[in-house]
Amino acid sequence: MHEWALAEAVVKTVFKVKEKENLKTIENVKIVIGELQEIEEEIFRFALKEILKENNMKIPVEIKKERALLRCRKCGYEWNYQGKNLNQDEKETIHFLPELATAYLKCPRCKSPDFEIVKGRGVWIERIEGTQEER
Amino acid sequence: MDRENRRDPRREIIKERLGGIKKIIAVASGKGGVGKSCVASLLSLALKEKNVKLGLLDLDIWSPSTHLILGIKNLSFKEDKGIIPPTIEGIRYLSITFYESLRALPLRGKETSEVITELLSITRWEDTKYLIIDMPPGISDPLLDILRYIPDSRFIIVTTPSLLAFETVKKLITLLREQKIKIEGIIENMVYGNSIKEEIEKSGVRVLTSVSYEKDFEKSLGSLKSLRNTRFYKKIKNLRLL
Repeated sequence: MHEWALAEAVVKTVFKVKEKENLKTIENVKIVIGELQEIEEEIFRFALKEILKENNMKIPVEIKKERALLRCRKCGYEWNYQGKNLNQDEKETIHFLPELATAYLKCPRCKSPDFEIVKGRGVWIERIEGTQEER
Repeated sequence: MDRENRRDPRREIIKERLGGIKKIIAVASGKGGVGKSCVASLLSLALKEKNVKLGLLDLDIWSPSTHLILGIKNLSFKEDKGIIPPTIEGIRYLSITFYESLRALPLRGKETSEVITELLSITRWEDTKYLIIDMPPGISDPLLDILRYIPDSRFIIVTTPSLLAFETVKKLITLLREQKIKIEGIIENMVYGNSIKEEIEKSGVRVLTSVSYEKDFEKSLGSLKSLRNTRFYKKIKNLRLL
């Protein structure tokens, strides 16, 4: 259920942006979920809805999923994350802390554990659309 | 609003996650092997004896060891709208070993920073008024993350009487001062022969205590009862930090 903690973080950030950028309303929020963290979209959506409701807000939220792309820093090889060879505990660890994938995964070409997560890590906000307060 | 803070929702929530904590003390040093984790662990035990609502966060991502010092085995965290650290001897405790305890974590600085950001953003420190953070050695990403996310944290710096250790500690003191971070003081640990107390005092930071080298301290690791009987513990217990 740490989807709830991440949903709270999203809502908090949206409110902060609203305040800092002097927005009257928030029309739309676009969130990207990276494949590596394997966030349960349904739980995440439910948490977002509930937290917004607690704050008397209703905002359309778009969620896009992004495939995880990893790049070896030693040989430059790029590959998509394949969680199928990992056991449940290992997947769970990556779910909480995606960077700990370095403990279980290696570059398929040179076997180095020194790789970076180029795309599809976790949760981030791609866009917050709102209308500006009239001055 | 900064572009990264706008994109990365975790950054905004960290302040709230730590908001209920009255005082955060980071135990740090420029050098490794000086006894930071022992100080952080013993300090946690000592403060707990004063009935303080306490948390201990082992932030040494590469080589966590507070669980070995405190003899923590088979503990796992509870999930409830985030991570709730379990309690050991009444101390809320969180370490990277809960996630991965056996394998090496070959993480570069950027990835280490991501791990710290994630941990701080999803952990709920319930019933915690004081938080002790066991820092990894050195002046790199974890230290910078503490300065970025918890600028009102206070530091206890640990050194040995070796000028080799203190040379790096001096650099850490300079950095913390430049960043206007409060330094509670320095603990001179493993004193065997000459103390460098006078040298430390020249830096303008007070010496909280000098702990002499304790030959049998290693034997007390993992046993709370034995730890409480060490001279090291008695010294730490006498500190007035609250």
